[in-house]
Amino acid sequence: MTAGRSKTGRSLLLLLPLLLFLVGFFVWPLFSMMSQSISDTAVLRLLPRSTEVLAGWDRQSPPTPEMQAALMEDLKAVDDDQALGDMVRRLNSARSGFRTLMGKTTTALGDTTNPPADLVSIDTRWEKPEFWLAIADALSPLTDRNLLAAVDLGRNAAGEIEHLPADKSVNRVILVRTFWIAALVTFACACIGFPYAMIAASLSGWKRDLMLGAVLLPLWTSLLVRTAAWFILLQERGLINELLQTIGLIDSPLPLIFNRTGVIIAMTHVLLPFMVLPIYSVLLTIPKNLMPAAASLGAHPLRAFLRVLLPLSLRGVASGSLLVFISAIGYYITPALIGGPGDQMISSIIAFYATGSANWGMAGALGVVLLVATLLLYSVYARLSAEEPGRR
Amino acid sequence: MPMKLTKFAFASLTILFLIAPLIAILPLAFTSSVILTYPIPSWSLRWFEELFTADAWRRAIVNSLIIGSGTTLLATVLGTAASLGLRNRALFFRGSIRTLYLLPMVVPAVVLGVGMQVLLAGFGLTNSYAGVIIAHTVVAVPFVVVSVTGALAGIDERVELAAESLGASPLTVFRRVTLPLALPGVLSGAVLAFATSLDEVVLTLFVAGPNQRTLARQMFSSIRENISPAIAAAAFLFIAATVLIGIVVVLSRSMLAKQR
Repeated sequence: MTAGRSKTGRSLLLLLPLLLFLVGFFVWPLFSMMSQSISDTAVLRLLPRSTEVLAGWDRQSPPTPEMQAALMEDLKAVDDDQALGDMVRRLNSARSGFRTLMGKTTTALGDTTNPPADLVSIDTRWEKPEFWLAIADALSPLTDRNLLAAVDLGRNAAGEIEHLPADKSVNRVILVRTFWIAALVTFACACIGFPYAMIAASLSGWKRDLMLGAVLLPLWTSLLVRTAAWFILLQERGLINELLQTIGLIDSPLPLIFNRTGVIIAMTHVLLPFMVLPIYSVLLTIPKNLMPAAASLGAHPLRAFLRVLLPLSLRGVASGSLLVFISAIGYYITPALIGGPGDQMISSIIAFYATGSANWGMAGALGVVLLVATLLLYSVYARLSAEEPGRR
Repeated sequence: MPMKLTKFAFASLTILFLIAPLIAILPLAFTSSVILTYPIPSWSLRWFEELFTADAWRRAIVNSLIIGSGTTLLATVLGTAASLGLRNRALFFRGSIRTLYLLPMVVPAVVLGVGMQVLLAGFGLTNSYAGVIIAHTVVAVPFVVVSVTGALAGIDERVELAAESLGASPLTVFRRVTLPLALPGVLSGAVLAFATSLDEVVLTLFVAGPNQRTLARQMFSSIRENISPAIAAAAFLFIAATVLIGIVVVLSRSMLAKQR
């Protein structure tokens, strides 16, 4: 009994360091990304007095003197220009006109020789409840704005969810494009990978080793090296265009790089091993005498293939396809280097929001969409591979 | 035999598709021209010289070695300990813990990068070697776990029980029996961890500052901004290192196999 307990204790002690490390530097970052996407404190942290006063407002009547005084106090207390800019941007996205209104108001408040009596005397727009409503709504620390915007939805004035106008609907286009490119790559990988795995499984000796080695060598090579290699092959004066021109197949160079064709070719090359290996391992478990048995019972080779080999190997095709698809939707490097502006996938947009425009809310929201899609697909994959008869 | 011929043609073309790009980039490392195209006007080593003398490239190589070593050490220690813990079948949540250990392989790098940058900024660890090593370890550790778990599963537990029954303490059993038997798995895990760190770009983009530019990061921006044959020279080094490491792994495995 004590021996068993000390063994369990030892195992836990061994598991703990990595567990703590991953909770701290893997789970926590993902959570902080999610919380970024729903947190909305740009307005709240600058307007503490207004928050108290606005809680008692009925959201319809014109602003009371107390509300104006509180907001004036808050705005006077702001000394961080960047935080002020963040707040104005946030308010302007809820109600256009805030940018000019705030600019005018802060200038007037800064004028100490001739202090304004109240906000309405600075600008009559402060009489309108709509502007106060925008502030009141922006005071909530949580928002679904970013998550909705990630799939091109927004809330109208009444708070109902509706589609954003077409000129603001960019994310859905990119999501559809991401899934479409991933689907095309998966399809290309399946078309090449399935027959390839079948041929490899039917061979033996050095021929099989050669076919497997050809799959493993790219897998072990740096992704960046492979992308650089495709860059060199596909460019306008690259090897492929030169070769085709030399043998006289084309007159002018084909556009192969910075477009969809290049992205699909390079991604298929990078992900093909993930299709071949699962199919190959499933094919190995199928008894060799099944096809001759079907033939001896009078089945045409094609019929034997369709009714015997294909259904048995389908699980390998499914796991391979899921693996390729999951990897493809998160791809960043290959589209960034080989694709044009019209081939950027969701990862590029996330990177743009995060590093380009420091919009962590939107980066987090799109990250959540990608993360959820990936984890859903992975759970299907994990179930598929857990059912493998050889594993248990 | 048209069927056999079709199969042969298909297999050869696919092998060509898989291997040709890797071979095509190699000769360009030795070009004397400033553009990355064939035909090569004359041979020269100028781009290797550039790689080892130009400040940006040299620093990137040094950074890659520092960060790669740190990652390898951290990931191998954490991953090996965790794999040893995972051997205990009586453990609660064994499957869930294992899934958590492997999950960093699945989560898209950009998603992890965004979260990592937010978190490390809070700790003041952005633009530091420690931050980059931590980020690389997260994605490298699954490879160590997979590799070591596989090696441990191949150990006949009766050998360890025999050592124990002869009076060896648990530490002695581990040092004299378990570790030597699992060593090939630990070594290939370490190699994979180093390779992962060497090749990692996306997390580095988010977490590293200009002083932690790694070789992969430098290659990425160089392809993006001003592509030169220095890329091919770097790729040559990568491929040569891959082949070299592969040979070392195969040799050490066969040597270990002979010892038994």
